[in-house]
Amino acid sequence: MTAGHLADLLIAAAILALALGVVLARQVFTAVALFVAFGLLMGFAWVRLEALDVALTEAAIGAGLSGLLLLGAARRLARTGAPVDEKPPRRAQVVAIGIACATVTAALGAAILALPDPAPSLAPMVVASLPALDLGNPVTGVLMGFRALDTLLEAAVLALAVIGIWALTPNRAWGGAPGWTQPRATEGPLALLARLLPPFGIVVAAHVLWVGADAPGGKFQAAAILAAMWLLPWMAGLAAPPPTGAAWLRAAVAVGPLAFILAGFGGLLLEGAFLAYAPGAAKATILAVEVVLTGSIAVALALLVLGPAVAR
Amino acid sequence: MTLLLDAFTVAAVLAGLLFFVAGTAGLLRFPDTASRLHALTKADHLGLGLIVLGLAAQAESAGGVLRLFAVWALVLLSSAASGPILARLARRGGAGG
Repeated sequence: MTAGHLADLLIAAAILALALGVVLARQVFTAVALFVAFGLLMGFAWVRLEALDVALTEAAIGAGLSGLLLLGAARRLARTGAPVDEKPPRRAQVVAIGIACATVTAALGAAILALPDPAPSLAPMVVASLPALDLGNPVTGVLMGFRALDTLLEAAVLALAVIGIWALTPNRAWGGAPGWTQPRATEGPLALLARLLPPFGIVVAAHVLWVGADAPGGKFQAAAILAAMWLLPWMAGLAAPPPTGAAWLRAAVAVGPLAFILAGFGGLLLEGAFLAYAPGAAKATILAVEVVLTGSIAVALALLVLGPAVAR
Repeated sequence: MTLLLDAFTVAAVLAGLLFFVAGTAGLLRFPDTASRLHALTKADHLGLGLIVLGLAAQAESAGGVLRLFAVWALVLLSSAASGPILARLARRGGAGG
């Protein structure tokens, strides 16, 4: 057994332990904190599997953004005093749940053990077709080229999620600014961070987006960084979120998926298939769509964290 | 030359790990939030710094070295900010135990 195997075993054991901790935690906050740690370790696992794109997304979206959303939800629950069922479930219930969970686990294990060896893979086809797109990163090739429809739907889902959250707005607050006003931090560590970090963060996000064509990186990771750079000054009270009624804000959320759909119809007109790219123009089209999408995803992610408009 | 660099990397990373172990021990054993934060922010930064120093000796390009040190600087900055925030919250909430 090499040191690499030992590290893998340790990571896998820690992931299982954290997953158990998330499920068994009696308090919402503890569960969320463990879930964030779980996401970060999952990122490590993806790095060990040499899936750097997935690792970046897992760390940025799975641990960072989801953790933030869950923390917000936990805070809301604590404030509204949502009833927590303290009564332990009856024995029959526990047994039934245990049998159901064990069955699912056994089925998943059986499915994985039943996989043919070597596992069926489309990877050679992707690598063989990649030069047609002029991209160096096969993951970006799959996301923006061969399975672009999936990515388009993912981007559209984010816009729907923003609409869903805005639908929770009380009537009298409709069109107002989302998020609770933060006390203005004029000095101290948070104010310093909110002033110092965004320029670096924006550069890093642009870099992550740009290298995504040829190396691990891409729009979702870049958008998560951009959203964080927007949320930081808001948390420090240095910047107020725009009103949800603002036309430019709504346009910013919608323009990315719209640009993607337009590019898709362009392919239909020129090449005869939705989301087909004209030969030679593939990389340029993909990059243009990715840049616009990054902006939209960043705004949507930030709006998800900011929440519905609140009455002031 | 490579042997010397490798030896430096091993020594620096091991020293860094020592600080991580010390910081973790502090996090688990210290009695209240403030001293736990102290253990984390001080020990982990030195630990990460030493690991970055060790790994920088193995970097293939100047850009790699720069990126490693940028990671260290960003971690220093972010936990220098989050440490006092957590401490303030703990003092206000009285969650010292």
